[in-house]
Amino acid sequence: MKTNDVILQTVTTIVSFIIILFSIQLFFAGHYTPGGGFIGGLMTSGALVLLLLAYDIKTVRTILPIDYKLLTAIGLLLAVGTGAGALLFNVPFLTHAYDYFHLPLLGETSLHTAVIFDTGVYFVVIGITMTIIQTIGVSE
Amino acid sequence: MINLPILPILIPLFAAIILMFFGKNITMQKWIGAIATAGTVAASIVLVNVVHTEGIQTVDLGSWKAPFGITMVSDMLSALLVTTTSIITFFVLLYSFRSIGKDRERFYFYPVVQFLLVGVNGAFTTGDIFNLFVFFEVMLMSSYVLLVLGGTKVQLRESIKYILVNIISSALFVVMVAYLYSVIGSLNMADISVKIAEFDQPGILTVIAVMFLVVYGLKGAIFPLYFWLPGSYYAPPTPVLALFGALLTKVGVYSIIRTYTLFFYHDTGYTHTILAWLAILTIVVGCIGAIAYWDVKKILIYNIIIAVGVILFGVSVMSPESLEGSVYYLIHDMIIKAALFLLVGVMIAITGTSNLRKMGGLIKDYPWLGWTFLIATLTLAGIPPFSGFIGKLLLVRGSFAAEAYLGGGLILLSSLFVLYSVIKIFLNGVWGVPKEYNGSNKHNAFYLWGSTVFLVILAVAYGVGAEAVRPLISQASEALSDPGIYIQAVLKE
Repeated sequence: MKTNDVILQTVTTIVSFIIILFSIQLFFAGHYTPGGGFIGGLMTSGALVLLLLAYDIKTVRTILPIDYKLLTAIGLLLAVGTGAGALLFNVPFLTHAYDYFHLPLLGETSLHTAVIFDTGVYFVVIGITMTIIQTIGVSE
Repeated sequence: MINLPILPILIPLFAAIILMFFGKNITMQKWIGAIATAGTVAASIVLVNVVHTEGIQTVDLGSWKAPFGITMVSDMLSALLVTTTSIITFFVLLYSFRSIGKDRERFYFYPVVQFLLVGVNGAFTTGDIFNLFVFFEVMLMSSYVLLVLGGTKVQLRESIKYILVNIISSALFVVMVAYLYSVIGSLNMADISVKIAEFDQPGILTVIAVMFLVVYGLKGAIFPLYFWLPGSYYAPPTPVLALFGALLTKVGVYSIIRTYTLFFYHDTGYTHTILAWLAILTIVVGCIGAIAYWDVKKILIYNIIIAVGVILFGVSVMSPESLEGSVYYLIHDMIIKAALFLLVGVMIAITGTSNLRKMGGLIKDYPWLGWTFLIATLTLAGIPPFSGFIGKLLLVRGSFAAEAYLGGGLILLSSLFVLYSVIKIFLNGVWGVPKEYNGSNKHNAFYLWGSTVFLVILAVAYGVGAEAVRPLISQASEALSDPGIYIQAVLKE
């Protein structure tokens, strides 16, 4: 008998957005407060896993048609590419750069290339976690 | 180009990432893999040249000065090992194009090989003990995948053992780094060496030295810790076996060489005596295994263990000459082991069995294979014009000069057993009466042989042209017998 999980699904639609917002907050806060790419990515995939629990793999795949293996590769490319960008300026690998910019809404903000590296980490963590869970989920 | 030392790590890393985008396009994977590995070979040869003319090269990653950031250090030893690794990987890659099979190629075989190259090259290049751990893990995780890829029953069984042993040794590695850090307060290898010299190696550091020997001994298969190797290396297909046999244990050996010449050289009466005895027992166990089996893969696998013992005995003697012999023999052994595993792989591809009793008379239909195998055999055993000879000569002379007669004599005796074990393959498998074969890969035998013969030529050239490589080898062993050179280059005091 198929159980009726309308409560779970309704709560999930609201809660998953809150979790994703929290994960993005964690991700951007990483430079000055606890947080960063790893925990941010883990939290985002937590929201996706909640969707998987409330619905099923096929539904989630239609909502988010992402190939997570490619996401992992893109993340790696971002992280290594940021490090290798140093080669263009003939400074040691992984040398980062930062500066202060005046952004329209946020005002005086410091932008750091470490964030691009962290974005890479963020994507890799989401990609790996979701690949593992989906692979185990579909195999009999 | 100040980033030259990390290019042999960075090129395969980029290649691996790009290959992940072409999961199912096998032709593309082969081309990108081959080109990137050729690029790695080129970069590492340039690196050897630069290190030879300008001395040790270092890169302070992220522009953080030496003891505080991660420093990548290419001295001559690591540059030579990186070059050897890249060349071997290149030819194994060519070999695997026609032997590994579509089932494995479609599931990320080539990216994982590139990641393995990243791990091995990184472990040889790094100048930071924790970074060494990380590169060990990169290498080991790739080797887990390569070992299990294909999913046959024997592979699954052996990878459980292999993963279990390596997870335990990795955990022990972390614990030992923690001990070292709590005593010394630094992770940079040169800085650790300076501080150990200041303290004159108290008792706790000798304990740490012995525990590091346990950790690296598990990776590099020395006497009581070799038990996992014969079974695990028997499981994977030939190209993977060649990569494992030529590279993985040698990383453990390299780490022992590095730590025992750079860190723990103050209380040699204790630590190096243990190393000497373990090396001697390793040779003995390897010899027993090598002559006991009638399976071509098993015979060669036990030959790996003998070589590990021979190299480490040279390290335990710690004289400039024996260290030079160890370095020479290490590189010789990497090349010739890869070549031998690949040649045996061709024989298995033709005959469809690895049982020596079911082979015979291959020389009738495949004379090129037979004679190449004979030359590789003589090179491995150390017959004079070939490369095994010079390394062993230096080792034996070094150990006799240091009055380590038992070990030196055993190295001589072990050559006899090595020669017997591989000539047994030649006499029974290649010589004799031809038999009916039903190998699945017969039509590719010539191609497979063709990609192997370059490694044999390289091994022969390495022996015949010993005069030309000698300056490089002595430069490598100089930095080993005098840690000051390494420290000076890293800390720039």
